[in-house]
Amino acid sequence: MSAPDAVGNEIAIQAQELNVYYGSFRAIKDVSLAIKRHQITAIIGPSGCGKSTLLRALNRMNELVPTARASGQVVFLGQNIYDRDIDPVELRRRIGMVFQKPNPFPKSIFENVAWGARINGFRGDMDALVEQSLRRAALWDEVKDKLHQSGLSLSGGQQQRLCIARAIAVRPEIILMDEPASALDPIATLRIEELMQHLKENYTIVIVTHNMQQAARASDWTAVMMMDEDRAGQMIEFGETQQLFMTPRDRRTEDYITGRIG
Amino acid sequence: MRLVNRQPQGFADSGDYAPKLAERQRSARRWQGIFLVATMVGIVFLVALLYTIINQAFGYVAQENTVDPATLVSAGVPLEELPKEQLIQILRDHVSAGVMRRFESEQPFELRSREDVYSLVVERVVAPRIVATWNLDASLLRRAAIQHNVAIEYPDARLVFRAWLMPDFLMRSQSSTPADAGVRTALLGSLWMLAVIILVAFPVGVGAAIYLEEYAGKSLVNSIIQTNISNLAGVPSIIYGMLGLAVFVRALEPLTSGALFGLVDPATANGRTILSAGLTLALLVLPLLIINAQEAIRAVPASLRQASYGLGATKWQTVWYHVLPSALPGILTGTILAMSRAVGETAPLVVVGASTFVALDPQGPFSKFTTLPIQIYQWTSRPQDQFRHIAAAAIIVLLALLLALNASAIWLRNRYSRRLD
Repeated sequence: MSAPDAVGNEIAIQAQELNVYYGSFRAIKDVSLAIKRHQITAIIGPSGCGKSTLLRALNRMNELVPTARASGQVVFLGQNIYDRDIDPVELRRRIGMVFQKPNPFPKSIFENVAWGARINGFRGDMDALVEQSLRRAALWDEVKDKLHQSGLSLSGGQQQRLCIARAIAVRPEIILMDEPASALDPIATLRIEELMQHLKENYTIVIVTHNMQQAARASDWTAVMMMDEDRAGQMIEFGETQQLFMTPRDRRTEDYITGRIG
Repeated sequence: MRLVNRQPQGFADSGDYAPKLAERQRSARRWQGIFLVATMVGIVFLVALLYTIINQAFGYVAQENTVDPATLVSAGVPLEELPKEQLIQILRDHVSAGVMRRFESEQPFELRSREDVYSLVVERVVAPRIVATWNLDASLLRRAAIQHNVAIEYPDARLVFRAWLMPDFLMRSQSSTPADAGVRTALLGSLWMLAVIILVAFPVGVGAAIYLEEYAGKSLVNSIIQTNISNLAGVPSIIYGMLGLAVFVRALEPLTSGALFGLVDPATANGRTILSAGLTLALLVLPLLIINAQEAIRAVPASLRQASYGLGATKWQTVWYHVLPSALPGILTGTILAMSRAVGETAPLVVVGASTFVALDPQGPFSKFTTLPIQIYQWTSRPQDQFRHIAAAAIIVLLALLLALNASAIWLRNRYSRRLD
């Protein structure tokens, strides 16, 4: 399924005719989207259009809502993640997540990074893993002397990078980011965006953002979502970021990125 | 607070809104006053309660000796200075041979110190009796009148200030003489019972709360269970007593009397044991504990759970490593408050068969028992004045126990919530 159509252009995860329901309400409708490996894909759109729902459907986090269910397929490593023999616990290790509000565990910085690896049965050198993860999250130099202080003692931006380090430590292939910078100040936001550029060498990144400048600056691909008449979210356009922002094909995309809706 | 309250009148031209301002401010002050009065009423009652108790727990007593020490001695040597041999002789002259043999078998007289023999003489021969008692307020304010009164009515008596609550009171067992009685058996009974309640109610309550919050879906059965738990928290405690009597004392007698384990206490041959009482009260506090633990678990932020699931944690790993540690301060606080409720319960224990007179320390969960509230209840229902005083002293002990439990709840909460930040 993940047939490479060009070098460096193979598909990491692909949604096909994906629908997500909360109870009887259809939150997203017939979304098909192919996310390229080691690229940054941004999902943008007005509030309530199902961006986060789509993101959470990619690692079955939406199942934490009791009434949620999905139909259609999400293909990852050649398998539909909604297949009966896919364990969401294993899936979520391989497809990590960073949330809107920084949510470090109320534990030490070291434990924040080490915990995920430990519960997933990591047997290697924990000190080295923690250091590597914190380095990749561009946080090591700031925290190397206080690894045993609480993760909650860090600033908001540092906390968010700690959450990224925590996600990296379980060696995921894909990192889903749900508005990771919306609770941060502009400097911290910029650092997260820079960090994403480094991270994409090793990981595939999908980011939901309501900040169009951020999508334009930081992503390689952009998907635009919009609500239809019965409030179900649909993907109306998907393409390379530069092209999409310069010459949007869909009228609604143009309206949205020029600020007329949303 | 300012006594003369000059209210700002607002701007000259406030249009349609101005007339209401003064009225709104007045109404705010009125409510503030009402709330203040409500608080004061509560405080007044609390102070009255404490006053009554402390008033009775201390005060003058008139003591009369059964045998005047002066008649026991010759040649002008006071009793307290007599040598050990003479003291033993006095003791032998005044108590029966059987009692002497018992003293001898407890500890031979050769090995006893002079002070020990002296205290035996005072206790058994001189044997001061309390003939009249006064409360603390009278003792402090009307001292001369009391002295005068004693001199006339009890010419042989001495007036002594007595603290009914003293360290000794905690160490002495039950006795039919109020001055010799203590709360040792009741206190030990309460503590044993508390241990049983914690061991039973804590795991069951927390387990049920975890199941209901984390695992149970939104089915009809589950919401019926949930509603019933809330209702059970309001069932009168005497009903639990009857349940305990039927189930633990009668139906499960082989278990609760210890017969099943061959551990029957020789003093009991039935199910009216600490274990039955503990199980009954565990049932009583279980709904409280479950509701409290559920609230603590519900208060754990969803972001914490999501972070955990997002790393590939299973449900149990999420609950064990994140939900429970975060909820623990709340769960512990709730548990300790439930325990203080249990320690203060009387009615169900009366039904389950608490003994009113136990002079022997409870030896384990299969002993018969009495507890502090039962002891207080029993003492207050006696006609003699002196029991009222020891009941007041026992109430102070019970209040101190409850305060200690509540203080530890607050301490635990502060300690753990500090660790989380």
